[in-house]
Amino acid sequence: AGLRDLLSGVNKYSTGVGRIWVAVVFLFRLLVYVAAAENIWKHEHDEFECNIKQPGCENVCFDHFFPVSHIRFWALQLIMVSTPSLLVVFHVAYRENREKHHNQKLYKNPGKIDGGLLCTYLISLILKIGLEIFFLVLFYKLYNGFKIPRHVKCDIKPCPNTVDCYISKPTEKMIFLYFLVATSCLCIVLNLSELSYLMFKYSIKCYLKRHVKNQQ
Amino acid sequence: MDWGALHTILGGVNKHSTSIGKIWLTVLFIFRIMILVVAAERVWGDEQQDFVCNTLQPGCRNVCYDHFFPISHIRLWALQLIFVSTPALLVAMHVAYRRHEKKRQFRKGDQKCEFKDIEEIRKQRFRIEGSLWWTYTSSIFFRLIFEAVFMYAFYFMYDGFRMPRLMKCNAWPCPNTVDCFVSRPTEKTVFTIFMIAVSSICILLNVAELCYLLTKFFLRRSRKAGNSKQQPNHENKEETKQNEMNELISDSCQNTVIGFSS
Repeated sequence: AGLRDLLSGVNKYSTGVGRIWVAVVFLFRLLVYVAAAENIWKHEHDEFECNIKQPGCENVCFDHFFPVSHIRFWALQLIMVSTPSLLVVFHVAYRENREKHHNQKLYKNPGKIDGGLLCTYLISLILKIGLEIFFLVLFYKLYNGFKIPRHVKCDIKPCPNTVDCYISKPTEKMIFLYFLVATSCLCIVLNLSELSYLMFKYSIKCYLKRHVKNQQ
Repeated sequence: MDWGALHTILGGVNKHSTSIGKIWLTVLFIFRIMILVVAAERVWGDEQQDFVCNTLQPGCRNVCYDHFFPISHIRLWALQLIFVSTPALLVAMHVAYRRHEKKRQFRKGDQKCEFKDIEEIRKQRFRIEGSLWWTYTSSIFFRLIFEAVFMYAFYFMYDGFRMPRLMKCNAWPCPNTVDCFVSRPTEKTVFTIFMIAVSSICILLNVAELCYLLTKFFLRRSRKAGNSKQQPNHENKEETKQNEMNELISDSCQNTVIGFSS
């Protein structure tokens, strides 16, 4: 619920594409995570079964193949990716505070994206893109690709030899994995387009201003 | 389960819907989301724990469960609800964009703007015409497509809408064909049929809304064409008066139709 309030607060100071990004993050990532994905991974450790009676073997194998559970990884990703938007909210609050402090109108509109706020907004976009790519690459490295096998072979002590271990609900997990990776990529594309749109818009503005100055 | 936020978003769209749209929203919330959260989740809660196979071979149960249930019913319905609610966002975005434009006009001090203050713009209800009509109609169209796709996917994946009591499984590492028993099959069948029935009702409501919007569009068009035909004919005062009366009558007709829809 806290993430939801943060996102709706950010909505006020975003561009049109930014608002689409908030809607995508909220509907297709947060809601799907809470409503569906969390329950699939709920009993993953209990349902992880190895073909052996040796005590401790199952625990060790599970820990080896899932250092961080997928679902916790995504929760972390979602939180980190939504945080750069806070920078914008803080900057706007700082501007409004300054106006109140000096008791005069310093800015045309504290919420409008220009000057220093534009810099902050662009930095937050770059951070978002960077974090998304970082998490996707980390996931790929950690789990050797975007797949969830049905069974894995494990031979770590105390397992006496190579045992078969079976993962629960691998197909369902893979469907949601692909879904969340796809929405991640969609968010990267949205952020990139917003970045290029803003840079294009303001460089044209700068160029026109300089052109007008030169003519005068 | 955080459906409350979805409720807030869709509630905002409610103001700008037709009356069939409002019925659809009610059906969606009461008969689908609420039933899903309150009842269906409990029924499917202990799904894999109580899925029992007649073998002690470790791993056989996991593999058989995964083979027969690639994606759980409950997750499929949750995804269906999320996708089906998403087109309403298009309408919400369009309305927000129009409001933004009106606010900009108002701030610039446009004489044409008929609102007294910002609050009135915020509370104003937009009529479904012009570009908003296209957005609204395409959102209904997408809703229909999503509903149909999910229902077909469900039918295709589970070979019908019945939950069998017993399934025979011989995927590796099961040593031979083993019997596997599903937990609460009758209760699951009942809820499956219920959700499918409500899905079909939603599809029918969407089709009805689409027909209504198309009928309204064509009626309005034919009325406009009829009015423009009369214009080149009138040359004296009497005909001007007659034309004015005709327009008044057609306007009041339009208002009754829109009044009915609101």
